[in-house]
Amino acid sequence: MTGKTLYDKLWASHLVKQRDDGSALLYIDRHILHEVTSPQAFEGLRLSGRKPWRLDMNLATPDHNISTDSKERSAGVEAIPDETSRIQVKTLDDNCDYFGIREFRMNEMGQGIVHVMGPELGASLPGMTVVCGDSHTATHGAFGCLAHGIGTSEVEHVLATQCLITKKMRNMRITVNGVLGLGVTPKDVVLAIIGKIGTAGGTGSAIEFSGQVFSEMSIEGRMTVCNMAIEAGARVGIVAVDEKTIDYFKGRQFAPSGDIWIKAVEYWRTLQSDEDAFFDSELELTGDEIVPQVTWGTSPEMVLPVDGTIPRSEDEKDPQKRKAISQALSYMGLKGGEAITDIPVDLVFIGSCTNSRIEDMRAAAAVAKGRKVASTVKQVLVVPGSQMVKAQAEAEGLDKIFIDAGMDWREPGCSMCLAMNADKLGSGQHCASTSNRNFEGRQGKGGRTHLLSPSMAAAAAIAGHIIDVRSYCGAV
Amino acid sequence: MKIFNLHNGLVVGINRPNIDTDMIIPKQFLKSIKRSGFGKNLFDELRYMGEGEPGEDCKSRTLREDFPLNLPRYAGASILLAQENFGCGSSREHAPWALDDYGFRVIIAPSFADIFYTNCFKNGLLPIVLNKENINYLFDKTESVEGYRLTVDLKKQIVSTSLDERFSFEVDEFSKHCLLKGLDEIDLTLKQADAIKAYELKHIQLAPWIFGAIK
Repeated sequence: MTGKTLYDKLWASHLVKQRDDGSALLYIDRHILHEVTSPQAFEGLRLSGRKPWRLDMNLATPDHNISTDSKERSAGVEAIPDETSRIQVKTLDDNCDYFGIREFRMNEMGQGIVHVMGPELGASLPGMTVVCGDSHTATHGAFGCLAHGIGTSEVEHVLATQCLITKKMRNMRITVNGVLGLGVTPKDVVLAIIGKIGTAGGTGSAIEFSGQVFSEMSIEGRMTVCNMAIEAGARVGIVAVDEKTIDYFKGRQFAPSGDIWIKAVEYWRTLQSDEDAFFDSELELTGDEIVPQVTWGTSPEMVLPVDGTIPRSEDEKDPQKRKAISQALSYMGLKGGEAITDIPVDLVFIGSCTNSRIEDMRAAAAVAKGRKVASTVKQVLVVPGSQMVKAQAEAEGLDKIFIDAGMDWREPGCSMCLAMNADKLGSGQHCASTSNRNFEGRQGKGGRTHLLSPSMAAAAAIAGHIIDVRSYCGAV
Repeated sequence: MKIFNLHNGLVVGINRPNIDTDMIIPKQFLKSIKRSGFGKNLFDELRYMGEGEPGEDCKSRTLREDFPLNLPRYAGASILLAQENFGCGSSREHAPWALDDYGFRVIIAPSFADIFYTNCFKNGLLPIVLNKENINYLFDKTESVEGYRLTVDLKKQIVSTSLDERFSFEVDEFSKHCLLKGLDEIDLTLKQADAIKAYELKHIQLAPWIFGAIK
């Protein structure tokens, strides 16, 4: 008999009922809610006179459209200038009060971007099924969770039944062995993977990331990688549990303690794929060959190594791809054949559920320390992912490093990743961004996004254009 | 849920791959706490000049004349033809809400993003996968034949043309059953309440730390 993958095991341990038609009822251990995708679900519950199945599996926080400006934030929810945003944040507060759901409010310690605060509070723990009305929920797979994004109808379904009607995905394994070079980060690894398999390469699959590069990577780094599984089309990204995972959760607010902790750890240590597990597809990359990555176009798969040149549409044989390249070049205001390092940046954004954890802040600060933002750069936003990340960064003096360099140190939230708040790009502006999507208009109508790592973003802020961060750390 | 059985409608095509949910409904419209009213901002950036604002009267905005939805010949279209990886990106259900509110009932593409695909069924919208060759054939027809219509029979799982050309498609049994009958999935699941409670009893024995921690 073939062994089981980690995904197979998590699926099996949460299966309430397998139906003959292939669909299944899967039990959900953690459901995280935010202001944007929950109001219609709560309204649905009210209209049908239903209650949440249970309360202790739910956790809520506002993150998508709150201000990151400290003056605006300290004025509270009532003072949110944009009326529709204010109503949406208030609606989350009201719904959580009404239904009795634990919420970390806008200025409360514990608040943060859903995928930053969930793990740091120990609300999501290894071996759990975790869902949230947000496609980057795959983040929680970094510590052996079966985690993925859901739509609002499913948010309502999970609230009402604690289950999800779903179908089993295929198993895919991406192995990266070797050692990453100096200045090469988890973000570069995941961008290189997306560049290789494309934005639909993982559609229908749960991707397990395995190999030396991931076993040596920190838990926060694994979160960055799993976070962007959806950018490769996979709803689920997952990494096996190891001792680092267990250490990460020890002492966290909602993590168990005492005898229950010992029992939990015993179970968590079983959360790996069997050696003879079957994967429907496999891909291998060599870590040593990965260099810092930057996207040039309007899809995360339009990515280049930092020493690369922007493609020319005329070199592409496939007519549809040729059209896509020329559309992207025109939107981005770029010419094929240019070096990616020639692109000047107008703004820099360091933050988002992909790269706003303390290690990301430290990486950016290491580059910013003792340097100044280039005079041609209009704004550099450094947005910690949560109140706890912010407090930790300030305790380490990172905020001072950023401010001394001429950067803005902000309040936690999704910020410029998706432009649902005041932080957005103007038309035609180029932004070096540590977020996850470079779609047309994603960071503001007409805005031009270049995805890269926190240290690469900080380097771009200092240089005023895309630059190989390895030239700052002496690796090149 | 809205019933879907048989549908005959005018076809419009958007011939580019990777149409993401930000393109289908831009972020500024996600601040609504309602499910309805998104249709006028469907494909907002592709459809109108200038940046749209929530609550704005779109009738006074300048249209992008080359965008298919703005061409008079496609007015009233209810079947959308698209290319690979349609609906990629965010999990926002506002995307199918906007398509539904505009009047679409069917989307036909060579492939869809997973979350978007699931979200469609929850809203009585039928996503159909056909192979690339057939999709390109249908694009040719939609562009060359004014008033080109298709009939979609969910029960038989067939898309047919007025010339009786037929294209069969796959759909999972559960989603098909729910769409044909317009069933409420929460009602269906709550009929399994005993199974869920039995599972919880077993689960709390094996993994007690999952329960009661968040208060």
